[in-house]
Amino acid sequence: MRPFFGATAIGWLLLSASFQTLAQQSFITVASTTSTEESGLFGYLLPAFTKETGIEVRVVAVGTGQALKIGERGDCDVVFVHDRPAELAFVEHGFGIDRREVMYNDFILVGPANDPAHGDDIVAAFRKIAEAKAPFVARGDDSGTSKAELRFWKEAGLDPKTVGAGWYRDTGSGMGPTLNTAAAMDGYTLSDRGTWLNFKNRQNLKIVVQGDRRLFNQYGVMLVNPARYPSVKRELGDKFINWLTSPTGQKTIGDYKINGEQLFFPDAKPLSG
Amino acid sequence: MQDIANALVAAWDLVLSGNSTLLGIVSLSLGISLTAVFFASCIGLPLGAALAITRFPGRNAAVVAVNALMGLPPVVVGLFVYLALSRSGPLGSLGLLFTPPAMVIAQVILVTPIVAAVARQIVEDLWREYAELYLFDGVGRVHTICSLLWLGRLSLTTAVLAGAGRAVAEVGAILIVGGNIAGVTRTMTTAIALETSRGDLALALGLGIILLALIFLINGTAHFAGQAVRRAAA
Repeated sequence: MRPFFGATAIGWLLLSASFQTLAQQSFITVASTTSTEESGLFGYLLPAFTKETGIEVRVVAVGTGQALKIGERGDCDVVFVHDRPAELAFVEHGFGIDRREVMYNDFILVGPANDPAHGDDIVAAFRKIAEAKAPFVARGDDSGTSKAELRFWKEAGLDPKTVGAGWYRDTGSGMGPTLNTAAAMDGYTLSDRGTWLNFKNRQNLKIVVQGDRRLFNQYGVMLVNPARYPSVKRELGDKFINWLTSPTGQKTIGDYKINGEQLFFPDAKPLSG
Repeated sequence: MQDIANALVAAWDLVLSGNSTLLGIVSLSLGISLTAVFFASCIGLPLGAALAITRFPGRNAAVVAVNALMGLPPVVVGLFVYLALSRSGPLGSLGLLFTPPAMVIAQVILVTPIVAAVARQIVEDLWREYAELYLFDGVGRVHTICSLLWLGRLSLTTAVLAGAGRAVAEVGAILIVGGNIAGVTRTMTTAIALETSRGDLALALGLGIILLALIFLINGTAHFAGQAVRRAAA
């Protein structure tokens, strides 16, 4: 038992040491999406912000739906996601304020190399997949990507719940795990470009549809309403939002590249009024 | 096979590089889990011993309950702690969500039943052997519990190690209450989950191999320390 207590004492010391750093540094908690984290953008962007302001940013990376829920419960200071209708509803219901648009990237359809659905019309491609009953792997996790995918099925006039038996697979997981599943099944899935470019286990998959205007994917950032949750760090959160939408922040976003390819396109508008 | 070879290479490279991120993740993992096991033992060992030597109505139900709670699903515990610590929850004002203490709390809940259940079995066996002695001498309950725990200390290491194994290997609860924040709440298991979702399977498995090596190290240390104690006592 003695060595065990020794080890625990060390553990306790480590833990209290980490509390010390917690207490010393000013930080904000940001609920964001797996696409920003898994694409590597945050690993590039946030150190630049911390260096300039001394504010540490702690990112909880989940799907857009869950990120907004975390904000609704007051468990973060800032929400940074991609689902405009849901974001507007979030602000409308008084959960968030100061919403700003930051950047966009685009969705792509990835699928097997010998694919019948390629082209530049996403809705037509979805129809072809349904006709061929080719395996389609869906996020099904209330994320921004999932909602976009469901919008495309709607535009195609198809309901995967009724016509999808045997080929439409709802995995209820993040973008990475969904790509892993699609790679294993040699099936189709809708992905954001950033996660795809940073994804290593591609097997036989490649991009089959891209460039359709409907595939544009807008990211927005907003502060959790401090009137509702006094624990929200308004000053620090605003600094983060202002930096993201400032010329410096926008340029940093545009500079992030994987293999020479730009992932996110800054498009913040100056505050009106 | 190629994948597994790559994983071994990745693990080896990580260890050799003396990567400070890896060091941080490993020490956070150990810090959280060992702290949780410490508190769980403080609660679980006396609780198990008390359950072993006392007789009261509903005792069987209590024993079954403690045994069943060994199978607590981590995700459910994580969700429960999340809702309790959330700003909208009863303990929200503490501001503990997405911090290491929240992860310790979740793991204490997971580990305590394991320590208590195994301790109950070990102490009950001892009690069967020595009950008459204690009863004859009229030793008080609290004193009996302390004495039996001391007597069974070498076997009880197993109870503690079983708890430690659960804590170090668990991912479901700490992912929810910690949020897997880089440098703050990212542990070995949550890092493995992240690398898997990034599709970097070699790195994920490499981290897994390092985690496994750590678990072996902890158990080896406990085993040989126990032997040393036994030799010293002989």
